[in-house]
Amino acid sequence: MNKKYYGKLIFELSRPGRRGYSLPQNNYDDVLHILPNNLLRDEAPKLPEVDEPTVVRHYTNMSTNNFGVDTGFYPLGSCTMKYNPKINEEMASLPAFKALHPFQPSATVQGALEAYYTLQSLLSEIGGMAEFTLNPYAGAHGELTGLMVIRAYHESRGDIKRDKVIIPDSAHGTNPASAAVAGLKVVEVKSLADGTVDVEALKALLDDTVAAVMMTNPNTVGIFESNIPKIAELVHGSGALLYYDGANLNPLLGVARPGDMGFDVMHINLHKTFSTPHGGGGPGAGPVGVRAGLEKFLPNPRVVKHTVEEENIFGLDFGTEKSPLSLGRISAWLGNFAVELRALSYILSLGCDGLKMAGPLATLNANYIKESLRDLYELPIDRVCKHEFVFDGLADKSTGITTLNVAKRLLDYGFHAPTIYFPLLFHESLMIEPTETESKETLDEFISVMRKIAYEAKESPEILKNAPLETPIRKPDDTSAALNPVVTYSGMPSSC
Amino acid sequence: MVHRYFPHTKDDIDAMLKHCGMESLDDLYSDIPSQLKLKRDYDIKPQLSEKEVRDFFEELALRNQPLTCFAGAGFYDHYAPAVVDSILSRSEFLTAYTPYQPEISQGTLQYIFEYQSMMSELTGLEVSNASMYDGTTAVAEAMMMAVAHSRKKNRILVSATVNPIYKDVIDTYAHYHGIAVDVIPESEGVTDLEAMRDMLSSNDVAGVILATPNYYGILEDYTGVAETVHAAKALLIMTAPASTLGVIKTPGQWGADIAAGEAQSLGMPLNFGGPYLGYMCCTKALIRKLPGRIVGVTKDADGQRVFVLTLQAREQHIRRDKATSNICSNQGLMALYASVYLSLLGTEGLKEVNAISASGAHYLASRLEESGAFELKYPDKPFLNEFVLKFKGEVKLSDFIEVCTSCGCLPGVMIGDDELLVCVTENRTREEIDRYVWRAETFAKAISPFDNKTQTEIPQP
Amino acid sequence: MNKTYYSQSHEYITVDGNIGYIGISDYAQRALGNVVYVDMPEEGDEIEAGEDFGAVESVKAASDLIAPVSGTVLEANELLVDNPRLINEDSMANWIIKIEIADPSQLDSLMDEDSYKVHCEAGH
Repeated sequence: MNKKYYGKLIFELSRPGRRGYSLPQNNYDDVLHILPNNLLRDEAPKLPEVDEPTVVRHYTNMSTNNFGVDTGFYPLGSCTMKYNPKINEEMASLPAFKALHPFQPSATVQGALEAYYTLQSLLSEIGGMAEFTLNPYAGAHGELTGLMVIRAYHESRGDIKRDKVIIPDSAHGTNPASAAVAGLKVVEVKSLADGTVDVEALKALLDDTVAAVMMTNPNTVGIFESNIPKIAELVHGSGALLYYDGANLNPLLGVARPGDMGFDVMHINLHKTFSTPHGGGGPGAGPVGVRAGLEKFLPNPRVVKHTVEEENIFGLDFGTEKSPLSLGRISAWLGNFAVELRALSYILSLGCDGLKMAGPLATLNANYIKESLRDLYELPIDRVCKHEFVFDGLADKSTGITTLNVAKRLLDYGFHAPTIYFPLLFHESLMIEPTETESKETLDEFISVMRKIAYEAKESPEILKNAPLETPIRKPDDTSAALNPVVTYSGMPSSC
Repeated sequence: MVHRYFPHTKDDIDAMLKHCGMESLDDLYSDIPSQLKLKRDYDIKPQLSEKEVRDFFEELALRNQPLTCFAGAGFYDHYAPAVVDSILSRSEFLTAYTPYQPEISQGTLQYIFEYQSMMSELTGLEVSNASMYDGTTAVAEAMMMAVAHSRKKNRILVSATVNPIYKDVIDTYAHYHGIAVDVIPESEGVTDLEAMRDMLSSNDVAGVILATPNYYGILEDYTGVAETVHAAKALLIMTAPASTLGVIKTPGQWGADIAAGEAQSLGMPLNFGGPYLGYMCCTKALIRKLPGRIVGVTKDADGQRVFVLTLQAREQHIRRDKATSNICSNQGLMALYASVYLSLLGTEGLKEVNAISASGAHYLASRLEESGAFELKYPDKPFLNEFVLKFKGEVKLSDFIEVCTSCGCLPGVMIGDDELLVCVTENRTREEIDRYVWRAETFAKAISPFDNKTQTEIPQP
Repeated sequence: MNKTYYSQSHEYITVDGNIGYIGISDYAQRALGNVVYVDMPEEGDEIEAGEDFGAVESVKAASDLIAPVSGTVLEANELLVDNPRLINEDSMANWIIKIEIADPSQLDSLMDEDSYKVHCEAGH
């Protein structure tokens, strides 16, 4: 990463008369001027005018102020920032996939439909589910879709009074937000001191108005909910369904399957467990799986396979025949198809033998860091963790150094910060998830830096309070950004 | 087992286990009840070498047939300069997470800010978010935003001329979110504005969703509509393929409060349906109700102008079930795509793309009319680069599509028994268009053979 | 004489006849930090005791505004639209909404200044 801040905007490089494009000659009579004037713009948009080398240098310089998984260690809890293999990128950009229009006749897209079908089958095997839809665009979109499946299921039985979803207080904010979008009311269930769901408290909340219980397992503090068979029994006994938030699926690869734990509906974040790049915030993908019996509620279109004379033929089902109970359409077509191809490439590259190492190695890496830092950082839940764990800030609370200070100082040492102030169960949460693609050497280096920071907290706290000092920019003023939001170049005052 | 993605040697594993006071990797899972453990391997093939993975995908790819694309219906085959992919493949952009640490994420934050600025220019609205999943979900989010803004109303009107895929997604979201959706009928391919006025008189409408160019490619005249909608205390939501906003009257100019839709037309590959890019812009007054991430400007401790995620208190990770939306990502990399594309094209380039596409479309439409095989379904309506054909012949339209497909051409999207939605972009050469016309003529005359011989006899323009 | 009551969730209501001025306490504004936005209801809206009627946002937190009593909104404090930081400067002087109180007996369940002080010191 370049420590020198670039900071220019493309608009500031614009000079009238420059151009960065070449287009074919317009071989026809130009029609724009014959269209009714009142339907056209009377003022051109103020887009930049720049030449091609300037554009390339601008974005290249900008990129060097960014930190990615290819730059360095990214121990961001709950985000599973594992290595994004290069072959996946190349497979996803094969021209014979990239150029396909979604509305091409099925006969001309058999390879694409088979890729979709294959991935959904592989995910079904990994999740222990009957069928997956790959149509949701992201984890949050998957949650929403999954909750819609659950509502469609209850509706199909005429059980329309179920309007609540129970969510643990340790859950990510997306869970309650998705529930609200799906038209469900949120009821929180408390966690015990060890971060797991209080089964008795849950039992008391379950009645015939509950549509679903949403859980993450391992939960957001990285602890496996061992009571899950009991929970599943209680939930099913009350007539509700059990939803699995797949954000933390990675440590279970090769070890256990949500379907075998009693979950009815689940989503998977392909950009976490299945290594598709995060792209600075997207595109991701949030496939949703369901247990047998719930397939008919999945969104349209569904990819279906027919076997004719031993030949597989793939087609699309729009819910008119095979699944009239489908919840409907939740995305334009079949989801982020090119992201799906990357995940397929990853699963094939790992195979059953690679997949079953991924979970344990991710878990080993997390426990190794936890055991190496527990003397200097407060470990509120002292148990074997899964892929991630949470410290509640520094063990020595007398220094006044906060989790935010520690996180910012890590940036100076060339590491991305862990997830901070989440989960909300602790005041100074510092959540670390190393993933399986980090070497012992990298972990050792991270551990030694974390120890050094704990030492700095005592010896030179001022450094930490002012951190970061070595990054392209220093701490930004978030308050003035929120007080007077300036979100476009044309809205920017000249003082900026 | 050694795998190229895992750096662990056996010695590493042993040393790390020992450090954790464990003997085997199984000990890491001692907390999982035995009956929950998978006691077999996944029913998945063992790892493939990189060469085998490549072979697998190349074999699949052989069973796809990319076609010369005259189909649009919301997704357009525009040209992307080589620079775009080159920039997108930079791993600093590709492999970064959400820019939660602004000190080491200025690259991402800055391109999002550029993207927001450009979308604001295109839509003619003051504010843009950092992007949404795609056009369908962006419009559905706009609907929920209108309902949230109204506080008490939960009825939405959608024009019949909006893309039916969008309507499907709107219906799904509305059903579960408890919103009533009424369709404003169409007349001659455009929104029946009289009917809209009547429907608004019930005074319980939170928002109205209109499109231009609409599903049929027609540029609708929405003069006076914003006044009518606002008089009913509803919000006006407009959608248009982003590329066309380079030349058509903008949602902002029509008086819309929210513009939401699909930005795939900014040179993004068709990719069999995604990833695409949803855009969403609004007036400044509505900024606090706008879902999704927003990047703003501020200064850092050294006084430099820098970029940060802002107005985060609206979002799901803080507001939980009271958030404006459950969205917690944006299409980051696709927003970069749009920024680089629009930087290269600029105002003039985008106008030229529209001019060539529209001119080619009008040329194709008039040649097809002349051929006697087709007539325009809406001959009096202005269109840009997409139009609806009515097939005149006795023969079936689906047969025509099949014949074209077998010749490597996707002639459009069938939207009725004898109706074809046809689109032309700057990617279509005049030769391809002439061949399309020739095929239509030949087909209309029921001169069936489309063998290789006749193919080579296509008259040169 | 006007009297001020406090709720468990740190809203205050200063009562003048059947008119009430609702805002957040000084303790609440301190806990929240720099206020950047106040989401307020509109004139004529009904608010209901115990239900939220808006929110106060800082950079990285948001706090729902819970109605201490039921009533009808007569006015939202327009000054806060452009200058939400008035709440940090003096939250007691800068009320958020002015209401017509529907049922004055609901005031009885609220705390007076002294018991509110005890409530805050207890760390609620």
